[in-house]
Amino acid sequence: MEKSISIQSLEDYKIGSVESLRLLRETIFADQQTTGKLVSVCCGSGCMSSGSEHVRDAFVRKIKDHELEDEITVKKTGCHGFCERGPIVVAGPEKIFYQHVTKEDVPEIISETLIENRVVERLLYEDPVTGQKCFHENDIPFYQKQRRIVLKNCGIIDPTSIEDYIKVDGFRALAKIISQMTPEGVIEEIKLSGLRGRGGAGFPAGIKWETARNAPGEEKYIICNGDEGDPGAFMDRSVMEGDPYSVLEGMMIAGYAVGASQGIIYVRAEYPLAVHHLSTAIARATDMRLLGHNIMGTGFNFEIKIVKGAGAFVCGEETALIASIEGKSGRPKPKPPFPAIQGLWGKPTIINNVETLANVSRIALNGGKWYSEIGTPTDKGTKIFSLVGKVRNVGLVEVEMGTTLREIIFDIGGGIPKGKRFKAVQTGGPSGGCIPEELLDLPVGYESLAKAGSIIGSGGMLVMDEDTCIVNIARYFLDFAQNESCGQCTPCRLGTKQMFKILQDITRGRGKPGDIEILLELSDAVKQASICGLGMTVPNPVISTIQYFRKEYEEHIHERRCQALVCRSLIFYRIKDYRCKACLKCLQACPVDAIIGAKWQVHEIDQSKCIKCGTCMEVCPKRFNAVECVTGLTEVLRDQSE
Amino acid sequence: MDIERLNKILAVFEGERGGLISILQRVQEEFGYLPEAALSLIADFLKLPPSQVFSVATFYDHFYLTRRGDHLVSVCQGTACHVLGARDILETAENCLGIKTGQTSSDYKYSLERVACLGSCALAPVVLVDDEVHSKMTVRKVKKILTEDLDDTETRT
Ligand SMILES: Cc1cc2nc3c(=O)[nH]c(=O)nc-3n(C[C@H](O)[C@H](O)[C@H](O)COP(=O)(O)O)c2cc1C
Ligand code: SF4
Ligand code: SF4
Ligand code: FES
Repeated sequence: MEKSISIQSLEDYKIGSVESLRLLRETIFADQQTTGKLVSVCCGSGCMSSGSEHVRDAFVRKIKDHELEDEITVKKTGCHGFCERGPIVVAGPEKIFYQHVTKEDVPEIISETLIENRVVERLLYEDPVTGQKCFHENDIPFYQKQRRIVLKNCGIIDPTSIEDYIKVDGFRALAKIISQMTPEGVIEEIKLSGLRGRGGAGFPAGIKWETARNAPGEEKYIICNGDEGDPGAFMDRSVMEGDPYSVLEGMMIAGYAVGASQGIIYVRAEYPLAVHHLSTAIARATDMRLLGHNIMGTGFNFEIKIVKGAGAFVCGEETALIASIEGKSGRPKPKPPFPAIQGLWGKPTIINNVETLANVSRIALNGGKWYSEIGTPTDKGTKIFSLVGKVRNVGLVEVEMGTTLREIIFDIGGGIPKGKRFKAVQTGGPSGGCIPEELLDLPVGYESLAKAGSIIGSGGMLVMDEDTCIVNIARYFLDFAQNESCGQCTPCRLGTKQMFKILQDITRGRGKPGDIEILLELSDAVKQASICGLGMTVPNPVISTIQYFRKEYEEHIHERRCQALVCRSLIFYRIKDYRCKACLKCLQACPVDAIIGAKWQVHEIDQSKCIKCGTCMEVCPKRFNAVECVTGLTEVLRDQSE
Repeated sequence: MDIERLNKILAVFEGERGGLISILQRVQEEFGYLPEAALSLIADFLKLPPSQVFSVATFYDHFYLTRRGDHLVSVCQGTACHVLGARDILETAENCLGIKTGQTSSDYKYSLERVACLGSCALAPVVLVDDEVHSKMTVRKVKKILTEDLDDTETRT
């Protein structure tokens, strides 16, 4: 039996047994103990678009210039979740957390932190509340209330390196399961954990697996749903990009449990880096014989391929997704039959979301009981939310179920920027609802949010402040819905169009008394008579906004007033003649020459020409403050009477 | 259309089940769009009725049946981008390029599109020009990218 592996031969090392996986892990550990200092540069999509590749290149170049290659290793990692602060660099044995790093900062980080073990203060994150500088990721309030189980490797490991993954216990869960557990035993563990689907519907994973296991047939499939259609959610992207091996391991465990030997990952085409990292992971795992025939000598076979989506939101729905893989138009089918019994090519098929599957190896390794103790008695485990919109710390946050919305938005998210007031939070994307300030102490969970008229959904969390118009948001989601309806159910196709038209009229100052009631009636009809989850849920944003913000709808309809000053047809700009100093600034800046005036002549806006771009208000010097934006019928009447 | 090139692509998919969408993706990668003649040949190859191939090609947003511009400008209209002013960004892009959303300029230089979320929501509003993500856009920044910067790449190539 082999005793040790030389690092040189790692490249073509094959894992033939559970024992050889252990050996490899120990070798990697020993090797990385002896290698010198480490600097990690985030190369997730967020940091990349802020220029992190240049930062990484600069590190590599400078380290080479100084002949420090033997002492310092540059590593690229996946997303830390704090994308807004990117590019993010973690440097040295102390793991100092630097934000907004540019390539110009690189020499200083090398000489100060990596060589001298000192901190470059100006690149540290500063807590806006206390003014404290934070040295480590864990000192930052954004991370303190998080519990990272799914995201534990993201931002830590190099997502393209299988060695890195093996080092952090990668494939240990798989090894344990295929060598020691029966498929039924695995399903029991998953059931015990209480894990529910993270893709939207929240169906218990263990029960789905059991159904597929018991379904007759030799050929079965595992599909990972990486379509992530909810506009404003990006956790699945982060996991696929930052920790692709966890997704593969989860699929393999599912495969063993239900008796499937083929897996397919369906990824949105908008996520090229995710496709790239997943393909690399599949290729490396296959090379090492962690995928393929007779894995670790246990007789378990499994292979995985990737299918790219083609830009249809409805293909995230499981039956539509299957149709799409089969090469057809992605139109949902009525259920039953459920895919677990009759799915891809008519065979029993498990479809699980990326985040659901990434939880699986954690559960398998630590036990279902461990997982079931995280969260609340009714909602187990953690959930990743993508916290976006009018909130200070935008990013991905993973919290225990039962954390309150207030903790997420104010403690982790740092509250609303620019001293504005919180108005509402929209959870669950196009299928979810708006939750007002009174309910901020609601703990997040499947039932608690449903009771408030929303859902956890895929985990989108859009924060709105006083400058966000609620009717405009409802219109936005219905526009999305009517665009994405596949059209086969008449109520969904025509109902969403009709609802969108009414909402558009309201935002354009053409609302009529009775519109709110018609919207509610249509919502009901669309929900009742549609065959798939799209039609059944897309009226939710309308229903919940009417429930909590009816007054704002009424103001739009009856008073032609948009208090958030968003709906262009309901607002207008005017120049206060007693404040105007005739400085020509706005007159010159107006893109459509709508401002009349001259030097020494007070300016005035020609409302028939004005396109309401707000430029004049922006350029009017603060000390004059002569341009105002107003809304409402009374304002119009006042103006006309003058 | 170059039939040789098409046949080369098709050969790779010989015997594969359900390959229609992957084939369309590869063909579009090669030709920039899906020429009508290609669709009929693909139908023959897969022994499918042409109507099914056309129906799939028109169902998915990513397939184009007409020639596209050399540069693709996609303006995100996802939720996060929307609340931070993505509508103004899109309108500015329309004005700068002189085309409406979904159109291609007559010199085939640009195509303009709206997309629902690029997954970079933390950096909203986002504009994608070819493969490059531009984050935290403002009306002024898009104007600059779409007028000066694109012209620069034009003169460089
Ligand atoms: C219109 C529509 C879109 C959906 N989009 C997604 C998606 O993008 N990603 C996803 O995982 N699930 C999506 N779902 C849910 C899937 O149908 C399915 O329930 C889920 O993938 C099952 O996995 P889970 O049990 O692990 O959540 C969507 C459902 C509907 C009705
Ligand atoms: S509910 Fe809408 S999206 Fe779903 S199948 Fe019917 S028409 Fe298509
Ligand atoms: S809002 Fe815009 S268009 Fe109207 S007057 Fe001011 S600058 Fe001109
Ligand atoms: S909403 Fe624009 S990138 Fe997500």
